[in-house]
Amino acid sequence: MSVRVQREDFDPGAELAALTRGRTDVGALVSFTGLVRASVADPAEPGRALALEAFELEHYPSMTGRALEAIEAEACARWPLQASLIVHRFGPLAPGERIMMIATASPHRQAAFAAAEFLMDYLKSRAPFWKKETTSAGSHWVDAREADAAALERWSREG
Amino acid sequence: MTLDVLYFAWLRERIGEARERLETGAGTVGELVEELRARDERHALAFSDMGAVRVAVDQELADLEAPLAGVLEVAFFPPMTGG
Repeated sequence: MSVRVQREDFDPGAELAALTRGRTDVGALVSFTGLVRASVADPAEPGRALALEAFELEHYPSMTGRALEAIEAEACARWPLQASLIVHRFGPLAPGERIMMIATASPHRQAAFAAAEFLMDYLKSRAPFWKKETTSAGSHWVDAREADAAALERWSREG
Repeated sequence: MTLDVLYFAWLRERIGEARERLETGAGTVGELVEELRARDERHALAFSDMGAVRVAVDQELADLEAPLAGVLEVAFFPPMTGG
């Protein structure tokens, strides 16, 4: 169980290898990596794509670590995870760069998949990060998506 | 009491400060918002639509009813967009 918030890049392969190194009880290892896209929706006209010129991820340093730890602890309470990882970057990032990754390990795939989805849904709406995109149309803060809030609801319904 | 008030993302930009330390008699987050709104136009603008503002009290998500007794830090920010 591990959480890291960092400015520097990370190596997803090395992270996954480290998660299961020396273990023979893990049957399923699920991971997700989020990347910066070079093309983003025009905030004024969502059907139109604009080239990303700059991308910045702001966060709340004294809250971020504990918020991520709480989300991870909740996932561990709901599913029989043998290992989990959240790595989240902050600062300026270029198109194609990695933003974050999560990984979940369990004896069987169902728990690992479900916990990975849960972690992502919670990170989207409960981790104190804010994305600022700059395009030819100017700079703007990315709005929270209603779909992300709805995704979170699903987990409280399922109890 | 003395409070550190933090702002992130567009709230920080609208107010023009990332952090300010202030003396307040506010008993709840909602009362603190009223005090801040009355300070100047920048604060009034930043807090004009509370539906777009989230709050954390001592680094835990809270709401406008949250009491401020014993609290050291209150942060205001837009809905989070992690992941």
